[in-house]
Amino acid sequence: MIAELGLAALWLAAALAGLQLIAGALGLREGGAGMAALVRPAAVVQALLCALAFGVLLLLFVRTDLSVALVARNSHSDKPLIFKLAGTWGNHEGSMLLWVSVMALAGGLIAFLERRLPERTMIATLGAQAFVAVGFYAFLLASSNPFERLPVPAAEGMGLNPLLQDVGLAFHPPTLYVGYVGLSVAFSFAVGALLTRQVTPDFAKVMRPWVLGAWIFLTLGITAGSYWAYYELGWGGWWFWDPVENASLMPWLAATALLHSASVLASRDALRAWTIMLGVVAFSMSMIGTFLVRSGILTSVHAFAVDPERGSFILVLLAIYIGGALLLFAIRAGTIAEGERFSILSREGALVVNNVALSAILGIVLLGTLYPLLTEAFGVRVSVGPPYFNPVGAVFFLPMLGVLAIGPLLRWRRDSFERIQPSVVAIAVVGVAVLAGVYFLAGIALLPLLGMALAAAVAIGSVLPLRGRSLRRLPLPVWGMVVAHFGVAVALFGMAADTAFQQERLVAAQVGETVEDGPWSITLVSVEPVAGPNWTALEATLHARYKGGEPSVVQPQARSFWTPPQETSEAALLTRWNGQLYSVIGGEAEGGRWQLRLWWKPFVTWIWYGGVLIALGGLLALVGRLAGDLKRRSAQAQIAARRAAP
Amino acid sequence: MNAALKPKHQRLALLAVALVVVFGAVLLAMWALRNQASYFYVPSDMVATPPEPGQAVRLGGMVEAGSLRTRPDGVTVDFVVGDGEARVPVVFSGIVPDLFVEGSGVVAEGSLRADGTFLATNLLAKHDENYMPRELEEMTAAQKRETIAEAE
Repeated sequence: MIAELGLAALWLAAALAGLQLIAGALGLREGGAGMAALVRPAAVVQALLCALAFGVLLLLFVRTDLSVALVARNSHSDKPLIFKLAGTWGNHEGSMLLWVSVMALAGGLIAFLERRLPERTMIATLGAQAFVAVGFYAFLLASSNPFERLPVPAAEGMGLNPLLQDVGLAFHPPTLYVGYVGLSVAFSFAVGALLTRQVTPDFAKVMRPWVLGAWIFLTLGITAGSYWAYYELGWGGWWFWDPVENASLMPWLAATALLHSASVLASRDALRAWTIMLGVVAFSMSMIGTFLVRSGILTSVHAFAVDPERGSFILVLLAIYIGGALLLFAIRAGTIAEGERFSILSREGALVVNNVALSAILGIVLLGTLYPLLTEAFGVRVSVGPPYFNPVGAVFFLPMLGVLAIGPLLRWRRDSFERIQPSVVAIAVVGVAVLAGVYFLAGIALLPLLGMALAAAVAIGSVLPLRGRSLRRLPLPVWGMVVAHFGVAVALFGMAADTAFQQERLVAAQVGETVEDGPWSITLVSVEPVAGPNWTALEATLHARYKGGEPSVVQPQARSFWTPPQETSEAALLTRWNGQLYSVIGGEAEGGRWQLRLWWKPFVTWIWYGGVLIALGGLLALVGRLAGDLKRRSAQAQIAARRAAP
Repeated sequence: MNAALKPKHQRLALLAVALVVVFGAVLLAMWALRNQASYFYVPSDMVATPPEPGQAVRLGGMVEAGSLRTRPDGVTVDFVVGDGEARVPVVFSGIVPDLFVEGSGVVAEGSLRADGTFLATNLLAKHDENYMPRELEEMTAAQKRETIAEAE
């Protein structure tokens, strides 16, 4: 019964989205106020129904209701509760339901909360949100119904891919989805503003918290995904330029650019058309990402089921939404009045450089990701990897970092080089000193070398705006900027250090044997069988000593799952402040030896600390902006109350 | 510097700069893609038209029965990848995937050495029902039968 309740809620939500779209379109016409009044309630109720449908699916997975096809295919009664929950979105149908639920919730929230923009713009925005939602509801109900029943209930479920049975990973898809789909709000605001020709600083101020929120989730999702790939795949790498990773990076790049251009529009009323364009592009990248990941075009742990019909469906949706929005932009862009002017040497100028560089990197990643698909259509099999992405991306990434170090020091509108000269010299001296120092001491490859120098420059440049200011009175959004930029430096340093200095050992060792890897000496103490709730494993016990210190125990495992049958390698990590020891156990070799793969990865953890700092900076900015809005709102309410009082 | 520009032209100038940079990025990307993309070979292609030594490519085929040897260091393996028409010797140092066995399909990432052996840096074997290298999945059934028959 309960599955039918979910399906009914989903159909009703889809119908309400249709109503919201029609009411929005009619409400924009002369004398359409009656219809317009329906839009906000429709959005709120749609959100509630969608949340109900998703709640029902969660419940079906928790109960392991094997009469539902999706549960039978993806769950198993033996699974720990957390993975039963994660199983809800660890499959195609459930993840698409999560996608539309997040979208409906975002629409419901703006309908419920947002009162600052002219009502016509809000109606157009909610209409656009419904327009996008309708397509995804149709997709879900027509080709991916999560509530489908089996004619005969299954005796037992088929289980969840063991690679996905990991606590950290359980929250990776929802985090990314909130980011992906949160950008739909930016898209809808952009379309709404284009329809009503209301591209104002207010528009940017209203859109900004949504972009910030989505961007924080994207940042966390990418950081977590990178860490998962690092320890779960057992390959010791943290970024593979896998198309699925690129699919999450592209919306992030666009959202980062959007975040910065929206702040120019909000503070200075410049970059109007450009901000609108980025709003459209950012969510388009989310949709392209979804298409790449969900269509089965790419084979990976993310492509749950290969079904060409689904791929074509999403492709048609993409063409309608992206093509339609770009067409609207092309028609209306000319009518957007030019905003305020600024000198090239100004905060705006630096942010333009940031935006153009991010767009260039986005183009490079997009082309590199799509190119293999294009050539495959002509029968040529190509794979594009780090030899393409690293150097070509760096051409734009490295100069952008240089501007990042200096940009925050510049004033809005116009600045003079004389004023910032001492700071620029200080930043340059630090950068060059690090460059020279690392080069003479270690002599590493060019990219990591430049990465380290720029990390130092960005670190200094990011904290210089604090100089001469009262730290207690500094507004939260400025703290956010400082923390996020410092996070970039931290992450960059981690990437450069790991690339340049990691040390790998691959050996077949006897029990009792000691292996050296960089500053570590590692003794293989024993190899024993162990068992978990739904797996058995061979577990090696290693005693690792850093520079001859006290031994620490690390226990990598080679696991065999039985539902579904699969082998995974559980790397064991030993974390110090200055890096990680990464150990993997392989198979048995001749003469009672065990294969061991050991990496010493200096400062590798700083990559993810940096990612978390970047997200934290976003959070500080978001809290600052929301607090500012609340204060303004209550001040306005007081003024209104005073006026009303006689 | 900007003061010299007529105010009317600032928007155009910005647009032009943005377009030039993004267009430049696209051109650079296209050029790099033509030069650096790595290609997929089956053994008969690799023997007929070998890639440059050292160039990163992928080799896909069947691991021939009886060809798998582990060297005394315990971590380096030698084996032969065939497709029924040609055979390429492969050497790999590392932990082999669990489902990597003689007679099964494999995609090896790496490069050809001057002596004609393929130095693999990574092996992709069929992982489970839901995840297999695309190239393997697309080997025709006939090709698979042939290579398996050959291997036996």
